[in-house]
Amino acid sequence: MIEIGLHHYLVVSLIVFLAGLFTVLTRRNAIGILMGVELILNSANINYVAFSRFGGGGYDGQIFSIFVIMLAAAEAAIGLAIVLGIYRKFETIDVEATDTLRG
Amino acid sequence: MIYAALFYLIAGLTVFCALGVALSRNVVYSAFFLMGALLGAAGLYGFLLADFVAVVQILVYVGGILVLTLFAIMLTHQIAEVEVSNRSVGRLPAAILVIVTGVGMGLAIFRAPWHTAPSGEPPPTTYGIGEAFLGPYLLPFELASVVLLTALIGAIVLSRRELRD
Repeated sequence: MIEIGLHHYLVVSLIVFLAGLFTVLTRRNAIGILMGVELILNSANINYVAFSRFGGGGYDGQIFSIFVIMLAAAEAAIGLAIVLGIYRKFETIDVEATDTLRG
Repeated sequence: MIYAALFYLIAGLTVFCALGVALSRNVVYSAFFLMGALLGAAGLYGFLLADFVAVVQILVYVGGILVLTLFAIMLTHQIAEVEVSNRSVGRLPAAILVIVTGVGMGLAIFRAPWHTAPSGEPPPTTYGIGEAFLGPYLLPFELASVVLLTALIGAIVLSRRELRD
């Protein structure tokens, strides 16, 4: 059996990234889009931690992934507050319906 | 042997749940698949000897962000309504874009000459991470607290109507 190496983690993170990309592209539900963004941030985190383990960078990769998690928390709080505001205004969170700013 | 089997189990759980988030029609199911994907990622951090990041992942993502997401889903949908899912538009163009991106990134993954010697410090990593946060990463660490405070105030202002009038 092959030893678990860097490529295993990179492939897992690639698939998670592609799933997140597909979610962002196909969802019309604003919360669904935010979940896709969370998947993409997670795949970046897996890469950071994997390179921190195999790339010889010490703790730098893990520290970056902690910053990413922190920013994801801030993003989720603000994003969901905006979604709730949109829901009160438009009675829906379908991103296609909120086209007031369309020129 | 058991190590590799466990790795494949957790990696498979992560991939399956990530695909579930992308492909399930109901956004509530997507949220629960997202929980599986986040827990699987935490398991992968464990395999990568990043114990602190794994715990932070579970506390912040699963305990915070996911609960917040579920609250938002419950607040913005009538639960009794059957059609809580979204009509997905443009699945074919999205699939084409995803496949092209995946092939390009896959080629990059397998062609690039990565440095692949395992060199991570063994756990517990909290000592080193704490030293780094109060040493070379002190300014980003303090900025992070300002960002979080701003996000908190912003979320309150955005979601409370009487504060905007």
